[in-house]
Amino acid sequence: MVTDFVRHRGKAVALPRRDVDTDQIIPKQFLKGVERTGYGQSLFYDWRADPDFELNRPEAQGATILVTGPNFGCGSSREHAVWALAEYGFRAIIAPSFADIFLSNCYRNGVLPVQLPAADVETLLQRAASGSYEIAVDLEQCVLSDDRGFSARFTADAYGRELLLRGLDEIGRTLLEEPSIAAYERSHT
Amino acid sequence: MKTLFDRVWDAHVVRELADGVALLYVDLHLVHEVTSPQAFAGLRRDGRKVRRPERTLATVDHSVPTGDRSLPIADPIAARQVDALSTNVREFGVELFDLGSAGQGIVHVIGPELGATQPGMLIVCGDSHTATHGAFGAFALGIGTSEVEHVLATQCLVLNKPRNLEARITGCRAPGVSAKDLILALIGKIGTAGARGHVIEYTGDAIRALSMEERMTVCNMSIEAGARAGMIAPDEVTFDYLEGRPRAPAGAAWATALERWQTFRSDPTARYDSQVRLDADTVGPQVTWGTTPGMVADITARVPDPAQLASENERRAAERALEYMGLVPGTPLAGIPIDRVFLGSCTNARIEDLRVAANVVRGRHVASRVRAMVVPGSQRVKAQAEREGLDRVFREAGFEWRNAGCSMCIGMNADVLGAGERCAATSNRNFEGRQGRGGRTHLMSPAMAAAAAIEGRLVDVREW
Repeated sequence: MVTDFVRHRGKAVALPRRDVDTDQIIPKQFLKGVERTGYGQSLFYDWRADPDFELNRPEAQGATILVTGPNFGCGSSREHAVWALAEYGFRAIIAPSFADIFLSNCYRNGVLPVQLPAADVETLLQRAASGSYEIAVDLEQCVLSDDRGFSARFTADAYGRELLLRGLDEIGRTLLEEPSIAAYERSHT
Repeated sequence: MKTLFDRVWDAHVVRELADGVALLYVDLHLVHEVTSPQAFAGLRRDGRKVRRPERTLATVDHSVPTGDRSLPIADPIAARQVDALSTNVREFGVELFDLGSAGQGIVHVIGPELGATQPGMLIVCGDSHTATHGAFGAFALGIGTSEVEHVLATQCLVLNKPRNLEARITGCRAPGVSAKDLILALIGKIGTAGARGHVIEYTGDAIRALSMEERMTVCNMSIEAGARAGMIAPDEVTFDYLEGRPRAPAGAAWATALERWQTFRSDPTARYDSQVRLDADTVGPQVTWGTTPGMVADITARVPDPAQLASENERRAAERALEYMGLVPGTPLAGIPIDRVFLGSCTNARIEDLRVAANVVRGRHVASRVRAMVVPGSQRVKAQAEREGLDRVFREAGFEWRNAGCSMCIGMNADVLGAGERCAATSNRNFEGRQGRGGRTHLMSPAMAAAAAIEGRLVDVREW
């Protein structure tokens, strides 16, 4: 999906767990679709059966930023996980680290993954847990801040950042490389 | 001075797009029914073609039933997805090993058995266990569906060059210790994010001593350590495996290929970004106790006490895991009763795995109340096992003998655990709900799972 992301301000919700795998984000029974849509309602399906689950709390309603633990999005490559997060309303995810394939999938779906030092994420987790907490992210400046004085610069993968900022049609762009691709094929057959 | 990974990377750079970012050429694109329909739909929407259909190979594995293949697929949504792949491959001219095909199987089992997987290749698939193919010295990685569409349309992938980690495994495995135990022990040592952002190259005499199928088991679980891919430099074992396979080069082309393949290795003085070592002599049969593959211990160990763990984060994770798994700290792992046994998956459902497991169960019977199934990795593996009489060994021991597919590794078909059911599994993920909502998975080797089936509880296969 070609969705651009420059800056966003929104309500944050805390999910203080590490190694959240894509099987939890969207369980397998929802992978039988042939569309890119229809996954938002099944986000964290099994965990949402628990009334105390973080996303079920009244103060979490309308959240657009997810703050969570290290190695978020590990496991299966299913892009359905990012489709589900985006459709649910998440525009940005903040964690100490992300799994590699999940990161690639975020960049291609207008969802910004923000990697911050664990201590910073811990601060944000505590603030988000208190409810009605907003965070602002600016991908152009690579700065994340809140109204309580927190501000941090983050580094973003250069290529992923460009995909997000410009909402590029990546395939269209690569097809412009046709002469290079054809030359590679000629020299390798 | 270059590493194996550097060499394969360099050989595929179409163009450097920016520092560390390259447009790479894909030699082989494997496709299955679950992560491809949206990609084909995108091509159709934009009026694009598959650039190199002859470099694209499709099969159905994830959501297909493993029971009677003469019956239609009972799940209408799964049937629709399987039909969508049939329609897509016809429209775009891609070869498909469908449900009726003798070549059908798990995508990571059929690539190697066809000889389509070859050293030095760049292989992609919309599936995280694509790392399996790295066992041949290929750079093989899992990608998302947007990237699947990109590769279909351009035969290329844009990638940040990952860093390179050497996992040197030395020494000699004790009897009863398998390739699965080595990789589980390594994941236990470096953690589920230990190789994030890296390609692992497995080196050392313990790796050289592995058969081709055992190497696939090791590389397969690289993703479980967070790695982008896992690789093993090709050698005589690799070449012997490939020679004569249907898609492997033959005649004069074989000699040319062999010469090229032998160049895919790391220079003795090549530098890695990081290194980890494991002594195979110290590794015993491994069993997971929690809900990530890194929550693993020797079968002689006890369920750990979260209170003993270093960080608050780890403590919380372990507490959650034990609650989900229904385990009490301090309980010996050996002796934990099980309800189900799953011998299958792209990790451990090749012919050698089935032979090892059959040797354990031969002449014995599955414990009462335990339901055990064998799901061969491919229909060819199944046929080979039947030629060797292994199906009879398993059936007589009380195992179900099924058709090929991912089956209960992912539970997208009818092969699932019920809530609270505890399973000894040869697959790769013990995540919450992975094998069925509320199901409890213990990962282990085929020999260990087979022994658990007979005893009805986790046991140390070395004591058999």
